[in-house]
Amino acid sequence: MAKGDPGASTRGRRAAPRSKKATTGDPELVQLLTPAGERIDSVIGPDGTEYRVDFTAEEYRGLYRDLVLVRKLDAEATALQRQGELGLWASLLGQEAAQVGSGRALRTQDMAFPTYREHGVLYCRGIDPIMPLRLFRGVDQGGWNPDEFKFNMYTIVIGAQTLHATGYAMGVAMDGKTGTDDGEAVIAYFGDGATSQGDVNESFVWASVFNAPLVFFCQNNQYAISEPLERQTRVPLYRRAAGFGFPGIRVDGNDVLATYAVTRHALDNARHGQGPTLIEAYTYRMGAHTTSDDPTRYRIASEVEAWQAKDPIARVKTFLEREQIADASFFAEVDEQARREAVDLRERVLALPNPEPSTMFDHVYPNGSPLLDEQRAQFSRYLESFEGSAH
Amino acid sequence: MATETLTLGKALNVGLRKALEGDPKVVIMGEDVGKLGGVFRITDGLQKDFGDQRVIDTPLAESGIIGTAVGLAIRGYRPICEIQFDGFVYPAYDQIVSQVAKMHYRSGGKLNIPMVIRIPFGGGIGAVEHHSESPEAYFAHTAGLKVVSCANPQDAYVMIQQAIASDDPIVFLEPKRRYWEKGQVDLDAPLADAYPLHAARVVRPGTAATLLAYGPMVRTCLDAATAAAEDGRDLEVIDLRTLSPLDLGVVYESVRRTGRAVVVHEAPSNVGLGAEIAARITEECFYSLESPVLRVTGFDTPYPAARVEEEYLPDLDRVLDAVDRAFGW
Ligand SMILES: Cc1ncc(C[n+]2csc(CCOP(=O)(O)OP(=O)(O)O)c2C)c(N)n1
Repeated sequence: MAKGDPGASTRGRRAAPRSKKATTGDPELVQLLTPAGERIDSVIGPDGTEYRVDFTAEEYRGLYRDLVLVRKLDAEATALQRQGELGLWASLLGQEAAQVGSGRALRTQDMAFPTYREHGVLYCRGIDPIMPLRLFRGVDQGGWNPDEFKFNMYTIVIGAQTLHATGYAMGVAMDGKTGTDDGEAVIAYFGDGATSQGDVNESFVWASVFNAPLVFFCQNNQYAISEPLERQTRVPLYRRAAGFGFPGIRVDGNDVLATYAVTRHALDNARHGQGPTLIEAYTYRMGAHTTSDDPTRYRIASEVEAWQAKDPIARVKTFLEREQIADASFFAEVDEQARREAVDLRERVLALPNPEPSTMFDHVYPNGSPLLDEQRAQFSRYLESFEGSAH
Repeated sequence: MATETLTLGKALNVGLRKALEGDPKVVIMGEDVGKLGGVFRITDGLQKDFGDQRVIDTPLAESGIIGTAVGLAIRGYRPICEIQFDGFVYPAYDQIVSQVAKMHYRSGGKLNIPMVIRIPFGGGIGAVEHHSESPEAYFAHTAGLKVVSCANPQDAYVMIQQAIASDDPIVFLEPKRRYWEKGQVDLDAPLADAYPLHAARVVRPGTAATLLAYGPMVRTCLDAATAAAEDGRDLEVIDLRTLSPLDLGVVYESVRRTGRAVVVHEAPSNVGLGAEIAARITEECFYSLESPVLRVTGFDTPYPAARVEEEYLPDLDRVLDAVDRAFGW
């Protein structure tokens, strides 16, 4: 965990004084695609870094496809919950660009530590989108292999995963897997509410003093269930990083291009041994926090409408049309693919069998436990006692 | 056979050293574990010999110690976390109970968290508040954790290495008031053939009644048994060693023979381990019992000021008094 070579560090530039004054209500954003779909060629961030993306037409279309598919699958999951097929669903509606932009910025070797809402990142990691639905349906507790996909399990306890990400990133550094172009980086996702948690603040301290190859990716969707951002902080969140000794930057989280550029840059810094970055993806959660709350109790329609105008997918579509990167048949084809995948997802969810009751005794301990063996045996004797009876 | 006389604390130190030597993935982390060697010097000299990437002085953040160790474990390391004192484990309680204990289960067996959480526990050293607690029941109640406690230098040396080698996450309770007690330690004891981590052990055979203890109270019970022998009562003493899961086969066998059992621990009695042990003995040995299973424990108060801790802690007289009551039934 040696500090990066100060000569090679970009930290000096990052510490340059900022010209514009920012408040929580007046976001200072890195943006490469405006809500009107206008492309900004490159942006010098407040940290002095130049952010730009250089995508092929194919890649632009790919990002659009990701956004549409992720939104559609999420909508299908919400519908399934409304029909009683899922116990709960945490929708990502409105946050697609933040998730796809950061998710696509990850390299194969990078490891992600999500919350419970990162369905878009999960999708980008190549995990079957049914996996989180299994969790919310109650079939299992997250059945993908975190090692295989480099995407850890969902975390319900707010902020806990930021420490896991920090420890994992320390391990990456201890393994000597930083300092080169093909080094490994780690990303930790969390919300604006999570920034109040002790674990998140502890992870800032740790990541900083151990120079961990880590990107803290905060999706500021303006609410923690019903509590607005002002109940969590009096300063813009990205500025917190300065107090911990690493750079913080705010990006337009509804802009998939800027999110990609900023995340890629921060990940590359991390993999080159230059330590952590806090990214605040400034975005908005368009739906309910989860399917069990009622957002009309705590926010007003005009606010939602204002954010509707900044929709992350509409602006990409406008851009693709204007630049003639995609035509009507492409958009129709993407919609059709999304529809098919949603139908497929629905069918597979409905066909999910309940787990065998005795599986609840599996995997409590890698090395087993006599106490548990005894309980499992008692339980199976109890179940057997019903066999042949009318039950 | 390389047998040496070591204190319990030194035996732990030598055990940790062997683990660091044996597996490059073993790392020790905690507050002051490096240069200082820990406030009890259990990690003395280890950072000097293994470097600050193997023996890591951490920020002062207990949740951080455990939470980052989870990440290191996912990455393939085997972290040993030192919590400086029992009363400071609570900031890390969420990470231990909600993350460490459940990660293997939640992942359907795909992730292991082979972590050892070392906690010096219990009273008897005249410390200020938060330095003398017995939090074992909190952890023993949590599925996915194993909870063990050593009571003598040989066990300390072997059990710490067994715990580190195990893929189970283990809360390792060190009887801090016994750190300075000496005993013979066979340094060549091969781990696999040595007494298994999860087995209770009869440490003094006897016929009249069974005393059940772990950690610091094993010594107290052995002393009580010696005193009782002078009065003509032959007490059996069992060191439970592992608190979760409890190894009660040995206990049942003993109680069926003696007909009487007394559980001794420093922790408060209310919903403590003694309650669980008494319930199980009652279920399994009902017809062999000559008296109810009795408990000798700390009181249901916060750990008191040091000047009254001798009153709070079960001692030889309180143990013998309970034995008398068992015979008076
Ligand atoms: C430690 C903890 N406290 C409370 C909760 C209940 N809870 C679940 S989500 C949530 C709000 C989280 O807000 P934020 O961090 O902004 O993330 P978002 O869901 O908005 O993405 C709360 C209070 C929890 N899961 N964990």
